[in-house]
Amino acid sequence: MRCGFCLPACPTFRETGIEAESPRGRIALMKAVADGIMNPDEAFETQMNHCLGCRACEPACPADVKYGQLLEQARDSVEKHTTTHRWWVKIARKAAFEGMFPHQNRMRLLGGGLQLYQKTGLRKLLRGAGIMKLFPPHMREMEAILPDASYKGVVEQIGTHHAAKGEQVAAVGLFRGCIMDVLFTETNKHTVELLNEAGFDVIIPETQNCCGALHAHSGEQDGAKELAKRNIAAFKAAGVDWIVSNAGGCGALLVEYDHLLQDDPQWKQDAAWFAARTIDVSQLLVRHGRLQSAAQAAAAAGAGSVIGGGLQTAGGAGCGGSCGGGVNFASGETVRITYQDSCHLRNVMRSSEAPRKLMRSVANAEFVELAEADRCCGSAGIYNLTQPQMAGQILDHKMEHVKRTGAHYLLTSNPGCLLQMKNGIEKHGMSGQMQALHVVDFLHERMCGTAGRSGSPD
Amino acid sequence: MLQDAIAGKLRAIVGAQWFKDDPESLITHSYDGTPMLQSLPDGVIYPANTDQVSSILKVLQAHRIPVVSRGSGTNLCGGTVPVQGGVVMVMHRMNQILEVDLENLTATVQPGLNTKAFITHVEGLGLFYPPDPSSMAISTIGGNIAECSGGLRGLKYGTTKDYVIGLEAVLANGEIIRTGGKLMKDVAGYDLTKLLVGSEGTLAVITEATLKLIPPPKTKMTMLAMYKDLYGAARTVSKIIENRIIPATLEFLDNPTIRVVDDFAKLGLPLDMDAILLIEQDGDAATVERDIARIADICRSENAERVSIAADEAEALKLLTARRSAFTALARLRPTTILEDATVPRSKIADMVLAINDIAKRHGVTICTFGHAGDGNLHPTATTDARDADEIHRVEEAFAEIFEAAIALGGTITGEHGVGLVKAPFLEWKVGAAGIEMMKAIKKSFDPDNILNPGKMFAKSARKRVVLSRG
Repeated sequence: MRCGFCLPACPTFRETGIEAESPRGRIALMKAVADGIMNPDEAFETQMNHCLGCRACEPACPADVKYGQLLEQARDSVEKHTTTHRWWVKIARKAAFEGMFPHQNRMRLLGGGLQLYQKTGLRKLLRGAGIMKLFPPHMREMEAILPDASYKGVVEQIGTHHAAKGEQVAAVGLFRGCIMDVLFTETNKHTVELLNEAGFDVIIPETQNCCGALHAHSGEQDGAKELAKRNIAAFKAAGVDWIVSNAGGCGALLVEYDHLLQDDPQWKQDAAWFAARTIDVSQLLVRHGRLQSAAQAAAAAGAGSVIGGGLQTAGGAGCGGSCGGGVNFASGETVRITYQDSCHLRNVMRSSEAPRKLMRSVANAEFVELAEADRCCGSAGIYNLTQPQMAGQILDHKMEHVKRTGAHYLLTSNPGCLLQMKNGIEKHGMSGQMQALHVVDFLHERMCGTAGRSGSPD
Repeated sequence: MLQDAIAGKLRAIVGAQWFKDDPESLITHSYDGTPMLQSLPDGVIYPANTDQVSSILKVLQAHRIPVVSRGSGTNLCGGTVPVQGGVVMVMHRMNQILEVDLENLTATVQPGLNTKAFITHVEGLGLFYPPDPSSMAISTIGGNIAECSGGLRGLKYGTTKDYVIGLEAVLANGEIIRTGGKLMKDVAGYDLTKLLVGSEGTLAVITEATLKLIPPPKTKMTMLAMYKDLYGAARTVSKIIENRIIPATLEFLDNPTIRVVDDFAKLGLPLDMDAILLIEQDGDAATVERDIARIADICRSENAERVSIAADEAEALKLLTARRSAFTALARLRPTTILEDATVPRSKIADMVLAINDIAKRHGVTICTFGHAGDGNLHPTATTDARDADEIHRVEEAFAEIFEAAIALGGTITGEHGVGLVKAPFLEWKVGAAGIEMMKAIKKSFDPDNILNPGKMFAKSARKRVVLSRG
């Protein structure tokens, strides 16, 4: 099928207008390699790496072509045969994919190191001495907006078991992520509180690890499979009803564990179990959670549930007593909010409505739709570091739309997008008027009146 | 591969980055929207203006190198597959709206302009450009002109040819011509504008077009009529026209098409119906309401199980968008989707649908049918698998019979997709041997060295007529 319906959906085609930079073009190249018409040369590898992997082409495809899977296969086979990596790239890849991401404790150690760097004045020293100028600009930009890292992850800070407020709706396992847990520990904590408030028992299995998305997207399929198995085992043992993710990038791989392990007879069934139960926090809250928006609550005089058909319990001491049982997004001054979709949440987990429903249910907040919110922001895992030019171009176009919303808060559902949005706000001199936050942090702030400033630049 | 000296000349015209001959560029310009066709060019070039097009053609003409000009490559007749190699000329960089003339109600645009972007732009100015090929989100105005694209609104508003009133084009020898203009009346000499529209890149390279715009309809209503009886749906089409109602859109979808479209668009269409008619009427509110009521009566009189009206514009748009995806959505059934473009007089729709089903059955192939029933333009689409040579052969035989049947009913081999590579063997069936000779003579006078999109429209030999054994 070469109809080209994917072309308008593709951000890199949009930026360049070149067929090879489109899903149809990339699939033609993959087929040419498979047919032996073309060698998987450096140009081929570069083109595969140029793809953001945002998968916006998939919902746009009437023929249901699984582009993401084709891309991962292509990258996997490039990685297996490549001779183009320099020695230091090989070592760096090995260190990251085998030495770092798979090990939660090492990730925390990395977080600790970063924390040390940020807190001890070393950062100020290096910046003052102009050492940062040695790094390319996009690395410097990223360094500048990195939130305060933490040595202690969510489990170390608050433990593994957290009971629902009021009557329990279901028991969920929180997928804490690796980067998420190091850089956005507060968001993980807020997720737990939000879920408790909405009626969920939350368990955070300690033996879980990185989801494997960075591996899978970088052509390290075997590594991704190993990580998947460990996660499946961890959540299976926890006996939960749902596995809840608060990062679109991770969630998208978690819901595809069944595909990842389809050829593994020993894990196939458990992988299907896992994939079927994985859900994004916003979807879970909207579909099954006990929620109540302040505005609607006022209208209904507390007479019942509003979203998702859950039950509204009376009383209860949510959030240290600051709000009633059932989530109530009430407090705070009136603000304008907008939202950048996480591509993987939207295009793979197919959830674009749930986060919007949540945001619209917040009292004293005016939700403004961001033009082209469904288009990738250029973050795309580590794309903004590996392909800075294209990522920067895409981000610039994104920020033009963001500027027009006049929002006080730019919300997202994925750590990569969040960092990219923070980067964009800084880069375009908008930090005085706008702040980027994870949806969960914003909801938590509204629910409890606590400032969700975990990710703010210092 | 082009000789270094020629490639060097081309690079000098457009700049080094806009002429490419690396494997990646050649492969990604070796195909278009047509299944099973692929052929590598020797180079890909992206001109930025008419002068560059002219210079490029002078170089290519001097060396007798074929050139295929193209937009987004969404056509379904193999029209932009570079079957004889040479250079593919991509018009994407020439994508500007040069002028919208609000006094004359015309727009002047470059060929690489995206069709939907253009439609959206003029609608923003309170004007209307009716041609709306299903590929409009991707396709370009230049491509639409080259193939004379139709669309869902063709029934009431006509197709691309009815809206192109002036052209700038570059001939094979590099000379630039202008035809027509902003004129509603113009009989000065042969109508070269009309000749170039639908000439499939074989006569000249279009570099600028002046298009007619009209005032938009005041309101519109969209309805669905659902049938358990395929023939009843087809008869409804003829009867609506017979009753002197011309809807803006009158689309037909058979059961397999309903299923795949619904699977993609999640519209909740009734999957147990044999056919659905998607009908839209626009105009003054009173006329629209009266027409829709009368159409609904006709549908019921032809045993429609259910007639429903779209609640709002959003729902109507969803239905139309879903219908536009039908061709691709059918690929959910089998990997290869071969779509054809048989067209008959509107009164013969029911006969044609029956003929298609009968032919498919006799050849043991699956052919789903949807299309612009209101203008007689049907898209019988085979869902098949390119890896099964025997089945593909049977599909080809079936389509040959379908074209034969269409012509027998007073129809044609293509209504809106063009002849290209795919229909070339059948063209003589429609226009006759003398017609072919006349067309070849026109081609020769425009392009004596046959460098413009060679191998298209005229086959080496016409296909022999299939002997039909009906009944």
